[in-house]
Amino acid sequence: MADVDVTQELPLPVERPRPVTAGPLAWLRANLFNSIPNTILTLAALYLLAAIIPPVVRWAVVDAVWHGESGRACRAGGACWAFIAEKGRFILFGRYPYAEHWRPLFTIVIFVAMILASCDRRLWGRRLAILWLVGLITVGVLMWGGVLGMTYVETSLWNGLPLTLILATLGTVFAFPLAILLALGRRSRLPAVRGICVGYIELVRGVPLITVLFMASVMLPLFLPTGMTIDKLLRAQLAIILFAAAYLAEIVRGGLQAIPRGQYEAADSLGLGYWRRTRLIVLPQALAMVIPPLVNSFIGGFKNTSLVIIIGLFDLLGAANAALTDANWQGFYIEAYVFTAAIYWSFCFFMSRYSQMLEREFSKGRQR
Amino acid sequence: MATEAATGIVPTRRPPPWHNPRIRGVVWQILFLGIVVALFAFLVHNTLVNLRRQNIASGFGFLDREAAFGIGESLIAYSPADTYARAFLVGLLNTLYVSALGIVLATVLGTVMGIARLSSNWLIRKLAQIYVETFRNIPLLLQLFFWWAMLRISAPAPRQAWEPLPGVLVSNRGFVYPVPIADPAHHWMLLALALGIIGAIAVSRWAKRRQARTGTRFPSGWVGAGLIVGMPLLVFLAAGVPLKLDWPELKGFNFVGGSAVSPEFAALLIGLTIYTGSFVAEIVRAGILAVSWGQSEAASALGLRPGQCMRLIVLPQALRVIVPPMTSEYLSLTKNSSLAVAIGYPDLVSIANTTMNQTGQAVEGIAMIMAVYLAISLLISLFMNLYNRAVALVER
Amino acid sequence: MTDAPIIELRGVDKWFGQFHVLRNINLEVGKGERVVVCGPSGSGKSTMIRCINRLEEHQRGQIIVAGIELTSDVKNVEAIRREVGMVFQQFNLFPHLTVLDNLTLAPVWVRKLPKKEAEETARLYLERVRIPEQADKYPGQLSGGQQQRVAIARSLCMKPEIMLFDEPTSALDPEMIKEVLDVMIELAEEGMTMVCVTHEMGFARTVADTMVFMDRGEIVERGPPKEFFANPKSDRTKLFLSQILAH
Repeated sequence: MADVDVTQELPLPVERPRPVTAGPLAWLRANLFNSIPNTILTLAALYLLAAIIPPVVRWAVVDAVWHGESGRACRAGGACWAFIAEKGRFILFGRYPYAEHWRPLFTIVIFVAMILASCDRRLWGRRLAILWLVGLITVGVLMWGGVLGMTYVETSLWNGLPLTLILATLGTVFAFPLAILLALGRRSRLPAVRGICVGYIELVRGVPLITVLFMASVMLPLFLPTGMTIDKLLRAQLAIILFAAAYLAEIVRGGLQAIPRGQYEAADSLGLGYWRRTRLIVLPQALAMVIPPLVNSFIGGFKNTSLVIIIGLFDLLGAANAALTDANWQGFYIEAYVFTAAIYWSFCFFMSRYSQMLEREFSKGRQR
Repeated sequence: MATEAATGIVPTRRPPPWHNPRIRGVVWQILFLGIVVALFAFLVHNTLVNLRRQNIASGFGFLDREAAFGIGESLIAYSPADTYARAFLVGLLNTLYVSALGIVLATVLGTVMGIARLSSNWLIRKLAQIYVETFRNIPLLLQLFFWWAMLRISAPAPRQAWEPLPGVLVSNRGFVYPVPIADPAHHWMLLALALGIIGAIAVSRWAKRRQARTGTRFPSGWVGAGLIVGMPLLVFLAAGVPLKLDWPELKGFNFVGGSAVSPEFAALLIGLTIYTGSFVAEIVRAGILAVSWGQSEAASALGLRPGQCMRLIVLPQALRVIVPPMTSEYLSLTKNSSLAVAIGYPDLVSIANTTMNQTGQAVEGIAMIMAVYLAISLLISLFMNLYNRAVALVER
Repeated sequence: MTDAPIIELRGVDKWFGQFHVLRNINLEVGKGERVVVCGPSGSGKSTMIRCINRLEEHQRGQIIVAGIELTSDVKNVEAIRREVGMVFQQFNLFPHLTVLDNLTLAPVWVRKLPKKEAEETARLYLERVRIPEQADKYPGQLSGGQQQRVAIARSLCMKPEIMLFDEPTSALDPEMIKEVLDVMIELAEEGMTMVCVTHEMGFARTVADTMVFMDRGEIVERGPPKEFFANPKSDRTKLFLSQILAH
């Protein structure tokens, strides 16, 4: 074979790609019109958007009424944001005394701050636990009052967003230890312990949250010795805790199952007993593994708190409904629900984005 | 030197009982059970005392009493003179009905959206993503309130009803739509349909056997579809096209004719479908992504066409990943249908609630609701476990 | 070698369900003796040494370790586990703890030593296995060979009388096997009683006092390495050696 000189002395000149393969036109071609079915879909979608978006924008912005004294001002046009301007504080804080609204406001700020702080990995551990303890005690003092010159406010007046945050957060925080015990119990070799834990978990997971709320609201007073009463908020909180514990238990169990057997064996061969092994070796690893599902569970719990309206508590959704009963402002359902939905959505969307980010980081770490 | 041990076996000393793990285990269990039973007994005792104090009856005798309340919509005949037991049955059927419909619609919507999220078309992908992220992050109850408000309050009076499709009218009294008038030919059509299905199965079996023997493929899919559609169609044509519809007509302030669906039902169904659909979309997307790209590459390298690759390689593996969370979603939907009590659709929880308010027997009512939902959950879990076992990959 | 053996297995049998995995095992290991167990996979050699620290339970026969009999008595099991260290094929380091924490965990919680003392011992042993600078790293940041050496140091921190090795180098890349074997050879030269399951025949020749060959659940042959490799008596031993020494 003849010797082919393949050496190249100078580098080949750099060429710019032709416009058909790069640039905005090329992007449109590649992403929206790259095949006949796709072209049809794109056109159909554009038609749909053109049919929906302009009327919505007209209603929500162009024809909207931004100021007004009562519902009559909004008779004319589109969205009645005056309703929100007037009722927004009520939706957020409910029937909490008007003059003391700074207290639930601070409560909301504290909760948001604690949630944001929990996202920072560097704080995980004892410092975070102390932060939450201090935060919750502060919230309790703020909401209840009666000390430090603040007037006492009973729990039935705790409404709106602070109530949602309290129910969701305390629900998860107190359900957690119970969930760990249930998960460990479900994996126990002792049949009685395993049976009861399985029974509890399957029972609670098999019924809707609303039945558990009914049970707490209606039956809890019956369970207590005659004469003892129990605060309505506490009833709902207990129901949420017991309900969340069953779901969290299954998540923790998934983490426990994922620990390789070698870890148990290494701990055994070093002489650690069952409880030391669980506390020092198994649980730290299991819990770290299931943080994304735990965050998702918290998001679900946050949405579930809206059900307390059915047993007569006024969380964010309940306050919104209550705002709609004002005779001066009749029929502005869409505005109220959109406003409320925006608040819920902000919390849930942020947390779900965070959980997705965590999941990505965790799977990267595991690939090593 | 490591030698053979002397084979005289010395009798083993039995460990003292408090060192024996088996005895320890028994003691722990007795303690645990003891605490649980004691707690139970305490609660039950208090409950009985309190019930007696408030003069509330116990037991399920109330089921035979007359219900004395009306139910807005029901799949079976019901009047306020019927018993509570029958009322419960109506509620149960309503729950099952809306759940079944919801499951079917949510699956369709969710699958379409899930596939759309993987589309190569940027616009479709983004729209699907907006759908999923919006409806997943808003509480279901709020969504139900929204749809109910739209259908009950924002919808026009029957006189100015919206008409999105000819004959389908939306007003604040609900949806009305035309239904075919029953005709004897319809029974024959059903029979033909059944025969068509049987025929399609038979043809497909025969074709498989023939392929195993001789290697030649038979388009049993098309033939089967043709049978299932064609045979009833033939009967339909032969009977002279008996398709007379009962059109709803406005008489006075409401509609007569056709079939109607209350705004409550519609709101519940729409809310459940859209909410659950967003979760189903994510499940389907995750399932398709879970089948590694290498599988499709290997299939193409072997010469399989894209359709065959999807049907024989990708889909079976994707289904294995999809089915467990999907059944869990179905279960969620069924449980979520209990929110009907908040918007006034007479499902099981709603009717039980009314009964409890009237008779005061809360314990029995809640127990019944829980028992029903528990039974449904266990059934669905059972089917899922069977399915999982049947399709589990055999591993070392 | 003193008189009383430090490990005794007498007539030990074990079943996994219907499968008879250990058949009539009789073995004595003296103090300071180094025993290497070899055999084809499935021969029960791992199961045998895992019975010694009760990671597996034997159904028949007796196992006596350091004078304590191994029964279902939890106190006996705990006492034995304090005296027996184990090194696993998969290292099994605790990934959420630093190397130093891995080493001090058991001495602090099981032997109840003060943390300072445990840390001093830990750093000493890290030097012995030649990776003192890795003390504050996490296991995931170390190479396989380094992880296995940390695992050896972790067991040594409990100052055991016996060290068990279950195929310690089988999961390592070839270039890291030597560093682990060197550590094990040093350990042997200091007089540690060792029972080692391995395929590394070079190591066995250097270190072992006794070679034990197991096949299908029974001890087929045992003897000093020189005779074992030069003149295997049983046909099964000959077959195994021919397969393993082929390249």
